[in-house]
Amino acid sequence: MTVSPKKTRAASKYRVVGTSPVKVDGPALVTGRAVFVDDVEPDGLLHAAVLRSPHAHARIKKIDASAAEALPGVKAVLTHKDVPRNIFTTAGQNYPEPSPYDSFVIDRKARFVGDVVAAVAAETEKIARQAVGLIKVEYEVLPPVLDPRLAQKKGAPVIHDEKEARVVLPIDYRPKQNLAGHVDVVIGDLNKAWRTADSVIEGEYSTPYASHCAIEPHITLSLLDPAGRLVIYASTQVPFHARRIVANALNLPVSRVRVIKLRTGGGFGGKQEVLIEQLCAALTLKTGRPVQLFFTREEVFTSSRTRHPQIINLKTGVKKNGNVTGIDLRILMNTGAYGAHALTVVSNSGSKILPLYRCDNIKFWADSVYTNLPVGGAYRGYGATQSSFAVGVQMDEQAHAIGMDPLKFHQRNHIREGETSPIFAALGEGTEGVEQSIGSSGLAECIKRGAKEIGWKSKRGRRGSGPVKRGVGMVILMQGSSIPYIDMAGATIKLNEDGSFNLMVGATDIGTGSDTILAQIAAEVLGVKTGDFIVYSSDTDLTPFDVGAYASSTTYLTGMAVLTAAEKVKGQILEVASEMLNKPVSSLELAGKKVSPRGKGAGKSVTLAEIANYSLYVKNQKQIIASASRTSEKSPPPFAAHFAEVEVDTRTGRIKVVKYVAAVDCGQPINTQQAEGQTEGAVVNGIGMSLFEEFRFSSTGKLLNSNFGFYKIPSARDLPELKTILVVTDEPTGPFGAKSVSEISINGPMPAISNAVFDAVGIRLRHAPFTPEKVLRALREKRG
Amino acid sequence: MNKTISIEINGKSSSFSVAPDEMLLDLLRRSGYRGAKVGCREGFCGACTVLLDGRPVNSCLIFAARADGRKITTIEGLGDPNNLHPIQDAFLKAGAVQCGYCIPGAVLSTKALLDRVPDPDEAVIKRALDGNLCRCTGYKKQIEAVKLAARKLKGKKK
Ligand code: FES
Ligand code: FES
Repeated sequence: MTVSPKKTRAASKYRVVGTSPVKVDGPALVTGRAVFVDDVEPDGLLHAAVLRSPHAHARIKKIDASAAEALPGVKAVLTHKDVPRNIFTTAGQNYPEPSPYDSFVIDRKARFVGDVVAAVAAETEKIARQAVGLIKVEYEVLPPVLDPRLAQKKGAPVIHDEKEARVVLPIDYRPKQNLAGHVDVVIGDLNKAWRTADSVIEGEYSTPYASHCAIEPHITLSLLDPAGRLVIYASTQVPFHARRIVANALNLPVSRVRVIKLRTGGGFGGKQEVLIEQLCAALTLKTGRPVQLFFTREEVFTSSRTRHPQIINLKTGVKKNGNVTGIDLRILMNTGAYGAHALTVVSNSGSKILPLYRCDNIKFWADSVYTNLPVGGAYRGYGATQSSFAVGVQMDEQAHAIGMDPLKFHQRNHIREGETSPIFAALGEGTEGVEQSIGSSGLAECIKRGAKEIGWKSKRGRRGSGPVKRGVGMVILMQGSSIPYIDMAGATIKLNEDGSFNLMVGATDIGTGSDTILAQIAAEVLGVKTGDFIVYSSDTDLTPFDVGAYASSTTYLTGMAVLTAAEKVKGQILEVASEMLNKPVSSLELAGKKVSPRGKGAGKSVTLAEIANYSLYVKNQKQIIASASRTSEKSPPPFAAHFAEVEVDTRTGRIKVVKYVAAVDCGQPINTQQAEGQTEGAVVNGIGMSLFEEFRFSSTGKLLNSNFGFYKIPSARDLPELKTILVVTDEPTGPFGAKSVSEISINGPMPAISNAVFDAVGIRLRHAPFTPEKVLRALREKRG
Repeated sequence: MNKTISIEINGKSSSFSVAPDEMLLDLLRRSGYRGAKVGCREGFCGACTVLLDGRPVNSCLIFAARADGRKITTIEGLGDPNNLHPIQDAFLKAGAVQCGYCIPGAVLSTKALLDRVPDPDEAVIKRALDGNLCRCTGYKKQIEAVKLAARKLKGKKK
């Protein structure tokens, strides 16, 4: 349902939802008191360091750790000989995972520069690093695959030649051909699409490797508790998946592993990966001592996870009247040395953009290939970022080709409320998808209000006369909210004797604000304030299961679990109150921290504290507590329209983003300020990807820019005038009408900026990032 | 050879025994000032920012011994969770905190700025925050937080 502006005001029917209370973890964070993994220092803590492969592809023939072991202060050295040879995927996804099992704790083969060869635990980090340097390795260097286009060539080196490599879901996996995943879908008749089109455009687009750059590097601390159980303090998006994957990798029952997520210093998908926990834990098991493994920034760049690079070939057909007759989207995705999220990211490149345009004839074809380069993974946007760029630019090209204002072109073509797309059913996460129709969309409103804010009418097509040209561009976007029939979330709420509540969730606040918005949802139901909740997230011993922070699922899915648990607790509170007041439940209402009979002057009320005390100490004693868990049947897309205004200096090739407008329909925002914050962070990350973020490699596959000096991310100075517009809609299936917000806006800057540059100087930038060199080259080519 | 140095941290003088190659960040963290964070150890991210004689520095790049006889302010020297410093309050109210890992550094850079320039314009604020990388917020609300903090502090002085 779209909420008209009038009804939007009526949406303040909510007391807590839609307001912006201070984050529940805010005071601890802003005073530096919050505890991150690096802030835990148990007695006897050892520090780990990892020996990493200098070769892109090599077999370990011999490894001699004796000198390292002899170094005073060294407590353990692990090589492939010292760890269980269990194959698993590092992708923090639901079991059975749609990513291939192709990883070991330590393998006897290195598949990229930076792959794990051995690990050391020592009394200090310095000793550990010194010991790493003393390990002697004899490598059999193998020819590498460094170009995804050559990965499937006959005779190409086979990267995963281990006999254990396999998939646990029926997905197309051909390791002998370096194919980590494949998906294709045809809907309708493409030949007819091209025949009936007035304009057919074909083009190649590409996006590079990029790093998440959470400011807290990957870190883990593991130890044995007094009962000998393995406890892992993790900076993770997926504590429950981490418990399962570590247990499997190290031959432990799940009951012997406890994962505690502390404050996590950013994730963006990079910590939806169980990458270091098993290695650190193996060192703890070997030494019996607490061990910390803390990646250097260089290791984060080279050896954690990245955004999968894609080469996209796109063909579209459009009629003069603007109708889209066909879309043929072909993607070659480079998953790097391991197949983490190899299939699902590229599936999302189809499923999170193709339904956006009304079109009957669609072909989607994608290969995800292994190379001997860094490993792809989940990254905010999850495949939609790459394909939204290609599709967003080509639709602009089409509008130009038929002489239609892109604004009008998008207005007539986007999917509407009540409509569906065959893509929803055809494309899922390693399996088929789930049919759904759009229950809420504010996209039309996003386009309208965004265009007004950027000044589309007055600015479009006014380049200016000097060497610095101006232009505006736009794009429309969608994402999802959770993975239907796969994701699951749980919540527990408990009443305390002063009328406060504990809210325990397995959902992981990694800076996204979920602890706060989940408390807001519960507060709305229970008639109290956000601050009345003591939120605890997440600990595999103490909180209910949750898949974790990914797939834009927390607000929508965990939100529903919290809402359901809160309603159950409310029911219990009313029952106790009914006993205390001797009035039927139906005549009572819960508001303002007390239960009162409905209607003015209807009699005496009891406070939550009195209710809690009564139930704990007085009569029919019991703990007021409830748990609930939820799955979803849908993945309602949030929608957005983004607009960029740029300046292009035709002398230097420099692009400056002057103004950026993100108009977003995330349903009913639970916390308005944080929904804006998610949007702003995503946009600025997207601007970095548009203008300068990319990995550069040597001819032997070594990453050349593995620090913030050479891999620049946006700093305060790069911020343009940035305006977020939240268009409120009411998603019928979401908690208080909410949909997701955290991912969608990272998909906008690349296409919006590219399209704005076209408006400014008439060049098409199809390969991100848009460096001055590329701009100058394109300007030269255009001049001829 | 370890050396004994004396530093005034958050108004309190203490002496420390430090190795010649020990970094100020490590000394601070092992001495309980854990609000200074490790983000890169290369001087690029600003997560380790503290104030040395009132000026923001990347403590990961400074030898601890160089702080001998000088004054340091860490995030622990501003407010505490029950009694926030106006800058910290402004960061929260403006929604400028997401994961919080960059925040101690950004708050301290803000303090150094507002101690010198009580009424900074946007360009000056951006320059002051430029050394504190934040991947979460996109900086917009952090800049608003600095403006809000400036107003709060000015109001206080009157
Ligand atoms: S840790 Fe000091 S600048 Fe990054
Ligand atoms: S709030 Fe996460 S890095 Fe700034």
